[in-house]
Amino acid sequence: MVDFDFDVIQRSIGYLFREGMTFTLTLTALAAAGGIILGTLLAMMRLSSYKWLSVPASAYVNLIRSIPLLLVIFWFYFLVPYIGAWIIGSPTPIKVGAFASSVITFTLFEAAYYSEIMRAGIQSISRGQIWAGYAIGLNYWQTMATVVLPQAFRNMVPILLTQTIILFQDTSLVYVLSITDFLGAASKVAQRDGRLVEMYIFAALVYFLVSFGLSQVVKRLQQKIAIIR
Amino acid sequence: MNYNWNWKVFWDMAADGTGTWGMTLFYGVLWSLAAALCAGIIAFLLGSALGVMRTTPHKWLVRFGNAYVELFRNIPLLVQLFLWFFVLPELLPKGLGDAMKQMPHPWASFVPAVIGLGLFTAARISEQVKAGILSLSRGQLMAGTALGLTLPQTYRFVLLPMAYRIILPPLTSETMNLIKNTSVALTIGLLELTAAARSLQEFTFQVFEAFTAATLIYIAVNLCVVTVMRWLERAVAVPGFIGPAAVGGGH
Repeated sequence: MVDFDFDVIQRSIGYLFREGMTFTLTLTALAAAGGIILGTLLAMMRLSSYKWLSVPASAYVNLIRSIPLLLVIFWFYFLVPYIGAWIIGSPTPIKVGAFASSVITFTLFEAAYYSEIMRAGIQSISRGQIWAGYAIGLNYWQTMATVVLPQAFRNMVPILLTQTIILFQDTSLVYVLSITDFLGAASKVAQRDGRLVEMYIFAALVYFLVSFGLSQVVKRLQQKIAIIR
Repeated sequence: MNYNWNWKVFWDMAADGTGTWGMTLFYGVLWSLAAALCAGIIAFLLGSALGVMRTTPHKWLVRFGNAYVELFRNIPLLVQLFLWFFVLPELLPKGLGDAMKQMPHPWASFVPAVIGLGLFTAARISEQVKAGILSLSRGQLMAGTALGLTLPQTYRFVLLPMAYRIILPPLTSETMNLIKNTSVALTIGLLELTAAARSLQEFTFQVFEAFTAATLIYIAVNLCVVTVMRWLERAVAVPGFIGPAAVGGGH
């Protein structure tokens, strides 16, 4: 048995939260926002009657969902500089920072999962509402923006939030790119001070408290929405 | 864009000198599947037990099951694997802890990976099992009890056989999740498929060939899982219930 030194947490707590947790939460928020917007567009494409819209969208979603997040992280980490170079016409791969790279990766990855949720949300709206929208002279975008999507979002808020909690946990995987997210910060302190046990238990505790707290909020919200209906 | 494509890299000698890069990827798949299979057995048995516990009328069993699920669902898998790999050997009695650390190469990371993945997935399977049992009508439990079966017998002969059939589709996606999640074990040194592709990329700089190969293999594995599970669904379908067997009928 080792002798514990929980003092190491107190010494490094500023660094852990200022550097690490800030990165984790910023990445979660940006990727969730981008993922939900992109995911909604993907869901609309998948439900489109145009084959050239629905086929690529479902191919993308199925591809992303069948490979592990870690592989996607590696893919985009190396791919984004080339895509960037191709867009701006540069002959050499451009430099993309670790932060930008992980935001792009998580946005594109989570978009596939959010799109499945939004697809279910859109399909939960009765067809009559869409016809009613067209009947009063709205076009496709107006019907979507003012009739279908507001209700779809409302129905799916608990599931979207649950997926965001999963995203929050998944961001810990940027560890493989040696980025200082919360786990990365904890792991750096752990290795520097030789205090793996204390730091990893503390990290687990913090992740647990945040995720558990948020999931309780989602549960409350779910009950609230259920009562209104 | 100047990227030198070289698809022949899979036939080149790997860095460890024991075979080609293609063989490295092949062993990677085997390690992924082996870890997924072992973890899957743990997850299925433990998840079923927890799922059943959470539907029994015993308050303390329900609480224990719920607590387990909350604990394992709210900590990232990566952190859980670190706990099993770095932290557990330190907390165990010295002899046992040292024995864990000194296991020969692949096993020192394989065993913690299997334990971690198994216990993590058990929480998810227990959710499915619970949902499957609760989706059955309450009359089934009553009928079982009325026949004179004990509670364990009712579960064994009445509730679980139907519940498992109902949850086969979600179990399919859990199986695929489990296979994908084995990639997280690369962080504790398991040379599974993603790690094999990563090492190919690091040594040869053939980034896109390496990751394309890994992606295609994951897709192929997924297709195999889906095919096997579809077959299983048809094989165990009970006539008269909504399931794959009913699709062809339509009277």
